[in-house]
Amino acid sequence: MRAGATILILLALAMALAPLLLPDPEALDLSVRFAPPALLHPLGTDELGRDLAARLLAGGRVSLAVAAATALLAAIIGTVIGLVAGYRGGFTDAALMRLTDGVMALPLLPLLIVLAAADPAKLGLGAEVLNSEGFAIARLALIIAAVGWTTVARLVRASALTVRSRDYVRAAVAVGATPGRIMIRHILPNVASPIVVATTLSIGNIILIESALSFLGLGIRPPMASWGNMLTGAMDVVWSAPALAVWPGGAILLAVLAFNLLGDGLQRRLDPRGGQTSQKAGG
Amino acid sequence: MGVTILSRLLQSLAVLVAMSFVVYGLMGLMPGDPIDLMIAGNPHLNAADAVRLKALYGLDRPWTERWLRWLAQVGQGELGYSRLHARPVMAAMIPALVNTAILMASSLLLALVVALPLGILASLRPGSVLDRLVNLVSVASVSLPVFWLGLMLIVVFAVELAWLPAGGMAEVTGGGRLAHMILPVATLALSGIGQYARHMRAAMIAEAGHDYIRTARAKGCSPARVVIRHQLRNALIPVTTIVALEVGGLFSGALITETVFAWPGMGRLIYEAVMGNDFNLALSGLLLATAMTLVGSILADIAYVRLDPRVRTP
Repeated sequence: MRAGATILILLALAMALAPLLLPDPEALDLSVRFAPPALLHPLGTDELGRDLAARLLAGGRVSLAVAAATALLAAIIGTVIGLVAGYRGGFTDAALMRLTDGVMALPLLPLLIVLAAADPAKLGLGAEVLNSEGFAIARLALIIAAVGWTTVARLVRASALTVRSRDYVRAAVAVGATPGRIMIRHILPNVASPIVVATTLSIGNIILIESALSFLGLGIRPPMASWGNMLTGAMDVVWSAPALAVWPGGAILLAVLAFNLLGDGLQRRLDPRGGQTSQKAGG
Repeated sequence: MGVTILSRLLQSLAVLVAMSFVVYGLMGLMPGDPIDLMIAGNPHLNAADAVRLKALYGLDRPWTERWLRWLAQVGQGELGYSRLHARPVMAAMIPALVNTAILMASSLLLALVVALPLGILASLRPGSVLDRLVNLVSVASVSLPVFWLGLMLIVVFAVELAWLPAGGMAEVTGGGRLAHMILPVATLALSGIGQYARHMRAAMIAEAGHDYIRTARAKGCSPARVVIRHQLRNALIPVTTIVALEVGGLFSGALITETVFAWPGMGRLIYEAVMGNDFNLALSGLLLATAMTLVGSILADIAYVRLDPRVRTP
């Protein structure tokens, strides 16, 4: 757990300092293509003469922003659905849990590809929205969260079911608290641990999914760097410059590993009897 | 049991129909249009032909109506024609299914052969050096980006050492295919080992505290017999269900590995169909993948009941 937190703090520090110390990650310089590591370019340059270290850290900011936004969104959707299902019970519970089962049965990666390939222009969004930098990130977060909320929903429902018959909840009902207030003030604090653990563990998985989509050309599109799309470029030149493929994947591995170690550690501290461990979406 | 399976099948059917509705709607949002593609491919067609063709194929109708018509056709076993492969959808899918099955079966077998003993060994002494080592290997395996692992294997074994081919299994036949299988199978197996080892370890530890283990020890069973005959037999029950659940997802889950190694399987077929506006093939492929996942989860339930007499209702 400490190892995971340390890696993440160092990564965040490097990303924060990168714009001050390294060249512009999108600046082309065709005269220095595939340059070896040197003082000006600590990791060398890529096929268009861009600084590899700067792109790596800029891409990391994008990948981690997508992962954080997605995990937060998925946690919110999952918490709301889980709370309502667990507290209401009966038909609401059955309907919401069938919905959760249905979403869990979907083949994740092919479905995400369909969602990512859909043309948002056909939904009638304006060009200025579509071309903005934040839109690419928001769109990825939205589609991954749309299928990624199920774990949190199931955990929250299970916890809410056990909590709702406790005396303090019945006391709150007796003094006339509204269902909304009971769910937020009395039940939510008691189901917080599994939410935190599941969300931390999901971040690693989301980084993997985002990088896979970007790798397939469906996530973050160039010139904006992301760890996934840097690997797409590297794959085309893998026979002549294999080193370009090593760094972005190594960065993904390091970040995902850090989140998984942190999540497993939190699991042992906060929720020792829960069954969640780091999981992986298909390969 | 029979009633449960029947109700599960009906539920699965409902999920499939809902999935087809969502995917059908999404396909309408894809860039490009089948009629535009037709026009672009034939200089003799003009705008008036486009309107006529749209009416002919029913594309001027609302998409919900088109979905109902498509559903009725699929219900009669008519999956349509693949535009990309220029043959019926069924004929395009069968070879891909076979290729994926070969890839999946070999990599699953390899992953289990390595992971289960690792998980068992780690569970014998929780907290020992070996346990920590297995845990580290497992977390690393779970955290590995599959496409990068594939690329690295290509860099080492195809580029630097030139021992193995990097892809293009489709062009060879017979014994040459075996060499093409090594890297993709290794990629999938390596990325799966972590999960299976962790599940195996967790299941073994969950069984270790039970009374029957103590009883077996007390009556004088050797430690090996206690672990293999008593503990492992029970620990394999949850692991079997997890593997059954995975198998369903594996049919489309190898998409990335198949893309990296140019392996002509289901994942790649679906990906190319979605990207190439091949509506019929993409829809059928996605539905088949969903059906496989659902079948996997029903199989997991059946296996659970079959293997564990305690949950069987008299």
